[in-house]
Amino acid sequence: MTRIHDKFKELKERGKAALVTYITAGDPSLETTTKIVFELEQSGADIIELGVPFSDPMADGPTIQLSSERALKNGMTLRGVLDILRKIRKKSEIPVIIFGYYNPFFSYGLKKFAEDARDAGADGVLVVDLPPEEAEEFKIHTDKVGLDLVFLLAPTSTSERIRLVSERAKGFIYLVSVTGVTGERPAMDYSLEHIVREIKNHTRLPVGIGFGVSTQDQAQMIANFADAVIVGSALIRIIEKYGHKGKELFKEISGFINGLSQACYHDS
Amino acid sequence: MKTRLKLPDELGHFGVYGGRYVSETLMPALLDLERAYSEIKVDAKFKEEVNYYLREYAGRPTPLYFAERMTKELGGAKIYLKREDLAHTGAHKINNTIGQALLASRMGKRRIIAETGAGQHGVATATVAALLKMECEIFMGLEDTRRQALNVVRMKLLGAKVREVSSGTQTLKDAMNEAMRDWITNVRTTFYIIGSVAGPHPYPTMVRDFQAVIGEEAKRQIIEKEGRLPDLLIACVGGGSNAMGLFYPFLKDEKIRMIGVEAGGSGLETGEHAASISVGKPGVLHGSKTYLLQNEDGQVKGTHSIAPGLDYPGVGPEHSYLKDSGRVLYTTVTDKEALSGFKFLSQKEGIIPALESAHAISYATHMATTIPKDSIIIICLSGRGDKDIQVVANALGMQI
Repeated sequence: MTRIHDKFKELKERGKAALVTYITAGDPSLETTTKIVFELEQSGADIIELGVPFSDPMADGPTIQLSSERALKNGMTLRGVLDILRKIRKKSEIPVIIFGYYNPFFSYGLKKFAEDARDAGADGVLVVDLPPEEAEEFKIHTDKVGLDLVFLLAPTSTSERIRLVSERAKGFIYLVSVTGVTGERPAMDYSLEHIVREIKNHTRLPVGIGFGVSTQDQAQMIANFADAVIVGSALIRIIEKYGHKGKELFKEISGFINGLSQACYHDS
Repeated sequence: MKTRLKLPDELGHFGVYGGRYVSETLMPALLDLERAYSEIKVDAKFKEEVNYYLREYAGRPTPLYFAERMTKELGGAKIYLKREDLAHTGAHKINNTIGQALLASRMGKRRIIAETGAGQHGVATATVAALLKMECEIFMGLEDTRRQALNVVRMKLLGAKVREVSSGTQTLKDAMNEAMRDWITNVRTTFYIIGSVAGPHPYPTMVRDFQAVIGEEAKRQIIEKEGRLPDLLIACVGGGSNAMGLFYPFLKDEKIRMIGVEAGGSGLETGEHAASISVGKPGVLHGSKTYLLQNEDGQVKGTHSIAPGLDYPGVGPEHSYLKDSGRVLYTTVTDKEALSGFKFLSQKEGIIPALESAHAISYATHMATTIPKDSIIIICLSGRGDKDIQVVANALGMQI
């Protein structure tokens, strides 16, 4: 069992949905990413998704596209992401999921990546463009080293696919909240609760909801029926705005994450 | 390795290539599309409908033209041109857009999107959208809207909305990223007409099947004219749809050699090219595993070609398979050589080819004298060159 499993168990006892935060490694800089992770943890984030920037982020809206471009300009690579993770692990035991598009993993070598990621202290991997049908060649390696390969479900997923993904997933299931790319949205889809219930019919894994979550109200609503609230673009926008403004960045992150974290407690 | 002909497998794999590497949001749509496509594939009425538009609207069959002067000038093998430039809208792209738009209609989708590089696929999509009264949006890299301005105007005149894509390298790959993002967002109402034998399954197969009309006609025509099959087929390869269309019906005739010509750009040694198969290594982009131009960290590289339709870092997965199996030989031609091919065909045959097709012409001019004189070559002349006049004039220092 990974730190992800333990974390969900611990939070359940405390009556809180997990707050999962996405950041792109290398944005605004290689050094700052590590500090941001520590700040996120202190402010109440429970799980970190460490994004591997990719040249062609097909499932991302403008905010994460630009973040990926900045990170790539800073020389970020998959190897570099693992270096950052090793630095994080010197000080923190927060669960970390490496999050990205398939080609950098494929290019690195799937077996080698699984082993190196485990050694660096990763707990899971989520590959946006790797549905279960194509995932076997990677999953044999992640399973072997005990990394959770997390899969996505979407509002468009049929019952058949909900069953398939539920059977193959590890760690938790990431339910995409909207039919669309990543990015903040004013309104959430209320049929999500129904999908979460259907997923739970097939698996005991926790279910997290992401894409478009940016406010405490949204977080609170999700925390009422899901096990994790996932925030990406809204956090990236803070990093975009305050990335080079020193301490202000950490103050802004702290305020934002604190609020969301509070909203993740049941009946808060 | 023996070339297997009954491909892809049921998950869309051509050997180790192809497949479906997309985010979950699109998976149900691709499965729907696969189902719908396998139904119409065996539906005689649908076939008849496609054939009707190909014949009455697109002007098929296109001629297989004996390029007598070109043949004499080179003094080698006998050269035939498959005149896709004479199809409606001026390129082979219409073969595929008619098929996919009719399928979209059947599936009840009224909004169509497409990516385009040279603008030929965009024009062919906007054309069928007008014909079938569908809403149409075309994604095109900003850089390409500049160098193919004529096609932008054509698409707008046809009633399509042209969305300029300013992210990344501002060329075909980024147009495709943006089209994918639109599709992820509007997947319930929208049909994405991919223009090449690329993308996630079933696109590479479906586009190949719609383009195979090129090779089927050529086969019939060459037997009529020469009483036998050709010895060599040559076509340019960007994503590779015109090449796949010509090659596919001939694949099982092992004696027929096939050559795919990629964009050598400023020369392979400069790094500025789009020779995915010749220089790249296997990777995953835009939904399929295939040869890909990428750096050592798996980031996709920017490409360069004077021909925007070839300016793409990937290639259709079936081409990757045909390269590994050795069935098709892939080579490159530089911008400069393509320009010579462009001038050569214009002056010797009175046919102005698209810069993409000029790559195939240029390679054929070298090849014709290296094989026995009684050999027969068929070149796919995939499109006409009107769209390229500005670029060619600039390259040759001519004033417009």
